[in-house]
Amino acid sequence: MKILVCISNVPDTTTRIKLSSDQNAIDLSNVQWIINPWDELALTRALELKESSGGSIESVSIIHVGNAGSEATLRKALAIGADDAMRVDAAPADAYAVAHEIAEAVKDKNFDLILCGIESSDYNGSAMGGMLAEFLNMESVSSVSKLEIEGAEIKLNREIAGGYEVIAAQAPVIAIVQKGIAIEPRIPSMRGIMMARKKPLVVVPATGAKALTEFVHYTPPQPKAACKMIAADNPAELVNLLHNEAKII
Amino acid sequence: MNNVLIYTENFDGKFKKSIYEIASYGSEIARQLGGQAIAISLGDVAEGELKSLGTFGISKVLTASGDLFDTFQNLPYAAAIAQAANQENAGVIIFSASNIAKAIAPRVSVKLKAGMVFAATGLPSNLNPFTVPKKVFHGKAFADVVVGSERKIISLSQNSFGLREHPADIVIEALPTETSTASAIRVIDTQKASGKILLNDAEIIVSGGRGLKSADNWQPIEELAEILGAATACSRPVSDEGWRPHSEHVGQTGKIVAPNLYFALGISGAIQHLAGVSSSKVIVAINTDKDAPIFEAADYGIVGDVQKVLPQLNDAFRKFKAEN
Repeated sequence: MKILVCISNVPDTTTRIKLSSDQNAIDLSNVQWIINPWDELALTRALELKESSGGSIESVSIIHVGNAGSEATLRKALAIGADDAMRVDAAPADAYAVAHEIAEAVKDKNFDLILCGIESSDYNGSAMGGMLAEFLNMESVSSVSKLEIEGAEIKLNREIAGGYEVIAAQAPVIAIVQKGIAIEPRIPSMRGIMMARKKPLVVVPATGAKALTEFVHYTPPQPKAACKMIAADNPAELVNLLHNEAKII
Repeated sequence: MNNVLIYTENFDGKFKKSIYEIASYGSEIARQLGGQAIAISLGDVAEGELKSLGTFGISKVLTASGDLFDTFQNLPYAAAIAQAANQENAGVIIFSASNIAKAIAPRVSVKLKAGMVFAATGLPSNLNPFTVPKKVFHGKAFADVVVGSERKIISLSQNSFGLREHPADIVIEALPTETSTASAIRVIDTQKASGKILLNDAEIIVSGGRGLKSADNWQPIEELAEILGAATACSRPVSDEGWRPHSEHVGQTGKIVAPNLYFALGISGAIQHLAGVSSSKVIVAINTDKDAPIFEAADYGIVGDVQKVLPQLNDAFRKFKAEN
């Protein structure tokens, strides 16, 4: 079995977002780049599955659409334990274009299980994995919070309103994963970092997939009015304010 | 292409408020475009429930039920929605930004070559070029997205538009569907809490953090939730510690919520937590640290030990409920 994990390169989630002076772009200078948190959990789960598979999972590959600047993030994924990496050489214009590029790059590679994070922490699109499944004409399961491989069967928990479903699927399948899929992302070891330098990172030429959407303008969130403080010994005043001022209860 | 198609997802045969919200939103866009607002409902929904969509401007609802639609499956659902969009010449397709939308809207997008905006926060600011507002970086900025394709897909954030009545005469029509879209994926078990208010539907959320000190101290949180008819939630450290289930974690990597009223109790307000709750209409915070970042996001605050303040607050709410 061969597993593929799709990796997005995003600003650290603690980044304070600054806009360019014309507000037509986000100022990404001095940003610390990381593996998208959901993709990192997907990679962690893929590695756990491989390690406990007794050799039946032969490889965990990663793929990314981006320019050379994101290779540090890909090397980190290799240091954590991915076996090889592909970088499709194109700016990631939108989810549609990214999914199209990934589909073109992997359609003949016979991956049995493809893992994608449920969203990226930058543009919060929640689109790429489902689009990839449609481009590849593959089955997919979204909102996956647990994934086990039992013989030929892939068992997944899909989160639904108020609970979850247990789903049985066969390879090939795309799992779009969220919180719960793995507990703690891994930290690369010194040995992992050394080994990652020798692992293959293949640059794949882009096919020129077209984006359908474009971010054109940004505005900062409106500044919030100061918090109204209430004395700790007078909680009835809070109830009063919620009722008469905020009119929310 | 002036028509708008709205996917009206049902929950055990009923429409939730978020569905009436997208019906209101979609029919407003249809009016702006000079077209019709048409709904599509998949699975068994009673006629009276279907007709209730007419209150919010829907003039036609297409239905399909039977084996293919008994349980939620990506392939037949996405195929039916794309088919309905073609049949009805819909230029804009609307979803509520739910787990179901995350699963199928991207597939419909590829089928129709329609650019997609997930978690839109309001009406298009411009129809040409078609420009839709949404949050990025979990609310750290707002963005305008131009959708350049002929067809467009919008998933609307819950509680971002509200309900707008616009009564219309509504007809119900069966959508002919093909069986070739059946899926090989099987649902072998379903675990669902009954009678509990779900986080994503809740108008009020009572959320506890590390300030509660231990899993044993959750009773006043549950009490407040019960008094107000609220859902319970928690911050990430709480779910990581196993004090509460992961499904209750709200924040950037957990659930993103947008209730009318959010109680942050013993939660300091890390930037990742605020990213998950910043769309709440009103935030109340109780924390021992007067400099905690949660007070920058909150509308009302009490500096104090939540374990001491909360029982008194619960009494005050009980008294209020008894009198109102």
